[in-house]
Amino acid sequence: MLEDRDRIFTNVYGYQPWNLDAARMRGDWDNTKDILAKGADAIVEEIKASGLRGRGGAGFPTGLKWSFMPKQPDPNRPSFLVINADESEPGSCKDREIIRHDPHKLIEGALVAGFAMRARAAYIYIRGEYIREAETLVAAVKEAYAAGLIGKNASGSGYDFDVFVHRGAGAYICGEETAMIESLEGKKGQPRLKPPFPAGAGLYGCPTTVNNVESIAVAPTIMRRGAAWFSSFGRENNKGTKLFQISGHVNKPCVVEEAMSIPFSELIEKHCGGITGGRDNLLAVIPGGSSVPLVPAAEIWDAPMDFDGLKAVGSGLGTAAVIVMDKSTDIVKAISRLSYFYKHESCGQCTPCREGTGWMWRVMKRLETGDADPAEIDLLYEVTKQVEGHTICALGDAAAWPIQGLLRHFRPEIERRIADNVREAAE
Amino acid sequence: MADRHPEPDSPELRARWGGFAFTPEWDAKAKEQIAHYPEGRQRSAVMALLDYAQRQVGEETRTQGWLPIPVIEYVAAYLDMPVIRVLEVASFYTMYNLQPVGRFHVQVCGTTPCMLRGAEDIIMACKQRGMAKGYTSEDGLWTLTEVECMGNCASAPMVQINDDNYEDLTPDRLDAVLNALAKGETPKAGTQEPGRHTVEPSGGPTTLTAMVTENHDYRGEW
Repeated sequence: MLEDRDRIFTNVYGYQPWNLDAARMRGDWDNTKDILAKGADAIVEEIKASGLRGRGGAGFPTGLKWSFMPKQPDPNRPSFLVINADESEPGSCKDREIIRHDPHKLIEGALVAGFAMRARAAYIYIRGEYIREAETLVAAVKEAYAAGLIGKNASGSGYDFDVFVHRGAGAYICGEETAMIESLEGKKGQPRLKPPFPAGAGLYGCPTTVNNVESIAVAPTIMRRGAAWFSSFGRENNKGTKLFQISGHVNKPCVVEEAMSIPFSELIEKHCGGITGGRDNLLAVIPGGSSVPLVPAAEIWDAPMDFDGLKAVGSGLGTAAVIVMDKSTDIVKAISRLSYFYKHESCGQCTPCREGTGWMWRVMKRLETGDADPAEIDLLYEVTKQVEGHTICALGDAAAWPIQGLLRHFRPEIERRIADNVREAAE
Repeated sequence: MADRHPEPDSPELRARWGGFAFTPEWDAKAKEQIAHYPEGRQRSAVMALLDYAQRQVGEETRTQGWLPIPVIEYVAAYLDMPVIRVLEVASFYTMYNLQPVGRFHVQVCGTTPCMLRGAEDIIMACKQRGMAKGYTSEDGLWTLTEVECMGNCASAPMVQINDDNYEDLTPDRLDAVLNALAKGETPKAGTQEPGRHTVEPSGGPTTLTAMVTENHDYRGEW
């Protein structure tokens, strides 16, 4: 188990104040100038060496992403860092804890990352529903300005860097990076076609990098403790520590920072008080937020909780939002509710997604009660395949995968419901 | 996609809201927000300004607030934007209320992580108090909406009422919160589970126990 001294987010539960004085006593903003003095390229190299992969779901190497930004920005086209705090993936609730309990880790990270990619400013896009959290973040940014940590000559480094908070207003799709950029520009959050990628033309047509809150907030600690320290946790290609969020049918749902690659069983037994009703009562787990396919109990129990370990069982780490379902769960209904979510959140831009999410939800709704023809199971699968990969952004894929996971692992259950329904009708 | 329609324009609506303008307090906030964006990019502030406008309408009507068409036009003029560009933002993002709402907007999260922990019982408890999804109660106190994942999954089920979240709900705990609000009290926000602080495992954290009682600095142990 990870030791407390190796945890980055020491105030994750908010027992202590979030403010600047308290954050400084925990080690934040400790001689940030020295970190910046290492130089932009050295910071990027250190983050690359640490093995940090993006914490927002896709797992793209963070240092590599930063290195795509222009080395000599054009003064007429300044570079921007956009921090994705639009945490809306069902099951995910980690960035909220960082923002409301440890906001200075994020703001310091914004400076370090922004400096490393030679950005002029950072925009933190926080989801609209995080109302109190945004109030805390805005207050923390004001504290950092007042103390000279950001703004002109940030932290005495000679580098000018601004941090702005931008609130969303309730659209899941704005967590997609180009939709977020559209939204920052004051438009509907509808994703853009790529290319051009944001590093070439993003916010206001300027070079932009979009990073998740957790990816940014861990950067200062990695710089202080070194890449070797961070990469000492987790398996090859899956390095570091990670905030796991466990919800659903465990005795004690919680958010906890652990080493990457921790086995699922250890995560549940050590921190969550076990599965409700005991291990034998486990039905299935959605290990990375609603967009990844579910994994049946037998396959998940010993799986290492990391990118590769969960890929090997046909799913993904995503945001490490672990949704646990015990045998009392109506599994078809649980996935059907996710289909409703995607139907509700489709931005409407691409036809396969706009029409497909509604169609899939309506079929799922009938499968809940077995009010369907057995052939519709294959038809549903085929439609998920027609949506997947045929839309501008990944929301179409995200809507398709949970259903595919259900059909892969629980087809007999669906067939049973249809058979029961037919028999009842006959009687 | 979410189905959303603005309240139809009417002479009564014009009479009531045609003269809408930010109060000096909201005006100052609006100008501060616009200054966050580069010169000429003021439309980036449209989301914030719609929020401020909705909140000012809320103050004037003693509700959570909403966005009548004339108010949307005011924001468009303020930012030098075509009205349709502002209306499409207002109708795209679900936190903008396009119809009047009650004093308290009871937004129950119904997505799977909350559903697994009993969100359906929470919605049922709301209905038993006379609320109906998408409607405002006759006394003008409650508007019930089922919303999508609010990011409180480790303390589910939850409800957001205006600006505060109430987590770890049971029907009884929800009743206690709603009764307090109805009486004009301010119930404690956050988890409603006795003894739980935030999102640590209930019964006390399994990690970082030193932080419970003091602002522990772990650097000495690095």
